[in-house]
Amino acid sequence: MVVPWIGFSLASLIKKVSPLSSAKYVVFETLYDPEQMPGQRNRFTGGGIDYPYVEGLRQDEAMQPLTLMSVGLYGKTLPPQNGAPIRLVVPWKYGFKSIKSVVRIRLTDKKPSTTWEQLAASEYGFYANVNPEVDHPRWTQASERRITTGGLFTRNRIPTQMFNGYPEVASMYADMDLSKYY
Amino acid sequence: MTRITPAKAFWLKVTLHLTALMLLIVTYYQAFTDQLGAEPVKAILHFTGIGAFNLLLISLLISPLARYLRQGQLVSLRRPIGLYAFTYAACHFASYLIFELQFEWSLLLSEILERPYISVGFVALLILTILAITSTKSIQIRMGRAWQKTHNWVYVASLLVALHYIWSVKSELVQPIIYVLLLSILLATRRAKCLKLFKLAFNKRAKTQQTKKKLA
Repeated sequence: MVVPWIGFSLASLIKKVSPLSSAKYVVFETLYDPEQMPGQRNRFTGGGIDYPYVEGLRQDEAMQPLTLMSVGLYGKTLPPQNGAPIRLVVPWKYGFKSIKSVVRIRLTDKKPSTTWEQLAASEYGFYANVNPEVDHPRWTQASERRITTGGLFTRNRIPTQMFNGYPEVASMYADMDLSKYY
Repeated sequence: MTRITPAKAFWLKVTLHLTALMLLIVTYYQAFTDQLGAEPVKAILHFTGIGAFNLLLISLLISPLARYLRQGQLVSLRRPIGLYAFTYAACHFASYLIFELQFEWSLLLSEILERPYISVGFVALLILTILAITSTKSIQIRMGRAWQKTHNWVYVASLLVALHYIWSVKSELVQPIIYVLLLSILLATRRAKCLKLFKLAFNKRAKTQQTKKKLA
């Protein structure tokens, strides 16, 4: 699905707080409010997740101009299911990195333990860069269905592109083994 | 409790046909007309998959229930329910091939071979297909004692389906665990038979290994 997000670069927000040079990672946290979000009441209704949901980026990833703090989509403000009032959008990474309903952003020198790494570290890594050459252990990630309108018969299976088609981010990972740091 | 007469069993069958078939038709109609949310493919796959598992569990419930309630006529429902389980499973696979993979045959082959959760699901479908083909009265008579032996494979299929389900989810294990518990109860009602089958298969393997050793 190709979504027209509305927002601003996370970099512009980070620059405002003049981070220390020791800041190596940015950590995000979702609102924890079981009243509003009944799935958070316990791990059984919440898909086994230990709430609040936590995500993180490396400092250089957070400063990449593509990294967006989004407040809307399709010309409207974010509805609750899309992560109102403000969420992260990292377009070259798998969706679970783009944390919703963010209430806290911390700059830190330690790599955070993110929610999906806690749940299944062998399947969901910290980086989660879109990479057709590295399969999820249980399914292929070489091709995808680009969801549009048109119902069942839309011919929408396309080859997945490296970094989801954003080659400008490749230099950040130049010296890394991406099958190890998935 | 009143006895279920053949006439009542007939109406139970009619209800079964109407429910199972109508649900399938309505859901596919909704998918074709883009009324199943943003991801109709996913919705169809989940509906047919869990539907097949539900029907398989109900078909396994029939015999112990008929025995417990002393309602022999219930057994006449077992074959159509089993056939609907196969139908839903076949729709599940067909939808995966047509709508999810969109006829990428090489991808289908590599997924069946390389992904354990797809492999076990596919083997389960093959078993159900054989059971569906050999389900008619005339074939049952022609196969004689081999028929029951063949149809005992439904227990293997049901275990593979459970595995297929568990391995396909990302983190939400509650529902799969409930299904495994239900299946365990159903298999426990026929534990003597299952243990016998397991021992038989095990002994056979041990014997062939012995013969192999002797030959070597």
